[in-house]
Amino acid sequence: MSAIENVSRRGFLKGAASAGAFVLAVRFLPDSLHAEGLPLNARVDRAALHPSVYVGIDADGTVHIIAHRSEMGTTSRTSLPMILADELDADWKRVKIEQAIGDERYGSQDTDGSHSIREFYEPMRQAGAAARIMLTQAAANQWGVAPSECAADLHTIVHKASGRRLGYGELASAAAKLPVPKTAELQFKPKSAWRYVGKGAPSYDLSDVVMGKAVYGMDAQMDGMVYASIQHPPVLGGKVKSFDDKEALKVAGVSQTVSIDPFQGPWGFQPLGGVAVIAKNTWAAFQGRKSLQIDWDNGPNASYNSDQFKKQLQETARNPAKVVGNRGDVDAAFAKGAKIIEAEYYVPHLAHAAMEPLVAVADFRDGKVTAWASTQNPQAAQDTIAKALGIAKEDVICHVPLLGGGFGRKSKPDYVAEAAILSKKVGRPVKVVWTREDDIQFDYYHSVSAMYMKAAVDGQGKPTAWLQRSVYPPIGSLGDPKMNYGGDFEEGMGFTDIPFDLPNLRVENGPATAQVRIGWLRSVANIYHAFAVQTFADELAHAAGRDPLDYMLGLIGPPRTVDINSMKHPNYGANYDVYPNDTGRLRKVLEVAAEKSGWGKRKFAKGSGMGLAVHRSFLTYVADVVEVQVGDDGKVHIPRVETVVDAGLVTNPEATRAQFQGAAVFATSIALSGSITATNGVIDQSNFDSYPVARMREAPLQTNVTLVDSDAPPAGVGEPGVPPFIPALCNAIFAATGKRVRELPLSKTKLA
Amino acid sequence: MVKLKVNGTERSFDGDPTMPLLWYLRDELRLTGTKFGCGMALCGACTVHKDGKAVRSCSVPMSGAAGAEITTIEGLGANGLHPVQKAWMHINVPQCGYCQPGQMMQAASFLKTTKKPTDAEIDSAMSGNICRCGTYQRVRAAIKSAAEELA
Repeated sequence: MSAIENVSRRGFLKGAASAGAFVLAVRFLPDSLHAEGLPLNARVDRAALHPSVYVGIDADGTVHIIAHRSEMGTTSRTSLPMILADELDADWKRVKIEQAIGDERYGSQDTDGSHSIREFYEPMRQAGAAARIMLTQAAANQWGVAPSECAADLHTIVHKASGRRLGYGELASAAAKLPVPKTAELQFKPKSAWRYVGKGAPSYDLSDVVMGKAVYGMDAQMDGMVYASIQHPPVLGGKVKSFDDKEALKVAGVSQTVSIDPFQGPWGFQPLGGVAVIAKNTWAAFQGRKSLQIDWDNGPNASYNSDQFKKQLQETARNPAKVVGNRGDVDAAFAKGAKIIEAEYYVPHLAHAAMEPLVAVADFRDGKVTAWASTQNPQAAQDTIAKALGIAKEDVICHVPLLGGGFGRKSKPDYVAEAAILSKKVGRPVKVVWTREDDIQFDYYHSVSAMYMKAAVDGQGKPTAWLQRSVYPPIGSLGDPKMNYGGDFEEGMGFTDIPFDLPNLRVENGPATAQVRIGWLRSVANIYHAFAVQTFADELAHAAGRDPLDYMLGLIGPPRTVDINSMKHPNYGANYDVYPNDTGRLRKVLEVAAEKSGWGKRKFAKGSGMGLAVHRSFLTYVADVVEVQVGDDGKVHIPRVETVVDAGLVTNPEATRAQFQGAAVFATSIALSGSITATNGVIDQSNFDSYPVARMREAPLQTNVTLVDSDAPPAGVGEPGVPPFIPALCNAIFAATGKRVRELPLSKTKLA
Repeated sequence: MVKLKVNGTERSFDGDPTMPLLWYLRDELRLTGTKFGCGMALCGACTVHKDGKAVRSCSVPMSGAAGAEITTIEGLGANGLHPVQKAWMHINVPQCGYCQPGQMMQAASFLKTTKKPTDAEIDSAMSGNICRCGTYQRVRAAIKSAAEELA
């Protein structure tokens, strides 16, 4: 543990200062790979040989591998075990994946921040190598030869000289008697011998999913369970004054109503409170809830109105604010009387709207809780339940079925705690099912943001000074509602890590107070920062009459490591020596995307065109060239996208390409129609009619994803596809129509 | 009493006739392959076949299912995998997979009447089914692949 900082979510919620813990901290990793002294409750732990918490081998040769990260569609549940299986030289067909419960011994299980592979590539390799070395030694002992004369070969150890072989199952018990090699002593397979890493495999669950057999949180059942639907306070921080449940109790199947206390102190991941209707099935619970009569005390956030708040944010963004990064002297350069270009940008709140609404089942029994929950963070679910019920974290078992999407919302386990609280009150297992309306109206929203950009440009249009300022209610408001400045981690998502070759640069952040719960959504602050920076760059290119590609390459400048000392950012918690911000890699993805798209070589009819953007996030470099056709009616059609990605070593290329294809669609939703607004503190949107998301006809017809070969260490793939897509699309719309999009969603700009 | 057939099995239901078919399938029959997504026929996650045609089970009351033959994802491939399911696996369509039973039920119904679907026809047939992971490109490819196998 020496050099590794343990930042628990509970610690995160205690102090505003550590509000960015979820992305910037190096996560907790287990002390060693030994399973000794730990509760032997997983299948892995009961195997004949289990030298690590992640892997166990039965006498029949079955290899059990723990998937400790939540599966919400990124395929990490398959890809991480694949890394272990590769290093173990196991036959993938004889591998059984076991989903872990929430347990600190596995290290971080907080499946967000695009870091499953980045952080656990080495632990998986180490676990696989340790088991392989023990099996090799066991075989060598049996044959009375040196282990160096033996080698692993697809689930067997072979004695090279004699050709003798022993299967992993045959060796498991003998290997279990040997000491587990120390991490420093491990030897890894050469890249040339890799079986799975870099080649990939389809999802372990593919067949179950396609047959409708896969079990999601929504499908979890416990014996004797009842169903609950909860009416939350319509305004954040509201309370029940009184309620009348007479009509609700008349609904067939409804058994009782239960009130849930509102949160105390910072809302964090605590339930919102409200009134729950308990029933024998989901429908009866929904119906009973409709008949509740509740008198609310809405509290101070009832003054939250999006139109007014937007004006405030924009006004704040126009004025000098806190300097969070500085290089050179922008004021001196602005004062020199060069040409000045300014622009303002705006992105509204966004909802996650995963296809599976929030859901959890919990059973409180004898002072302990067993839960099954669609959660991206089972350890936070343990913490939140323990705190809500006043029990020990160790007395909460949280199972993690498949998640029907997550996008960051399911990192916040308020709904899991609701199930546990209700089970304690009802005395039976309770399944809490949020409706789509609940899901959209009681989200932890992606923050609304206003950006102001200003540049002084020389005769060639190159900036001599660049000022950028963003204003948004920060994620830190979760732990301290008064916190009104962004965290370093938020500024480091596309603002203080700006890779441009600028002699004079200043980054500022203005204050804004949260009046709804703010959370992280796929790619987080990169969404608004990349939108402003990459659109502004395109504006400067056009103002200078320059080709946007040529101009962008000039802005990025020569291949180099961006100087972090003048513009500090947490670099997603990664060591800057290992994961530098490398403009050579940034240039490369852009150049390849330009080439693939035929940039500069194609002629477009009126209403059609291409736009580009390039952005590094979650330590991955991504360029997009988006082709667009804007109809006479203003409808946007996206026939083709070229996405080029340098994510370092890629474990599962096919799944990675899928992530970037999906990110293009997710970003299309944000660009076309994503907007959450509030009137008197109540969210105006409620379902897919008022919060539309991209359907097949709006989505890009063809997104081609090119992965750049790279020996760099693995980086994120779940989120980095989102940020560059939106400005690339908006830049394409400018190329096609001459209309500049400075505010999202696109429906705010008249394109017809 | 509502009598119906689900995946070939005769069933009867004597509960609230306004309860949507979706909740009968999920909570009563424990056929959880059919998913809840929106409750308003806006997302298609709950798509099943009613007398062979794709319907949103969240918006079909039990009274409206009387006498009907219902097929869910669990019953789609009565003899092994349906060509649509095979294509979904071959093209590796799902990400989280939650919407995919609905996507496949919609596609299977669509392909009964459209043998050689164009992109525009696929758009039109499938735009009632939302996928937040954004698998549309692969859904489209899988439908074309399944159409070839069915031809």
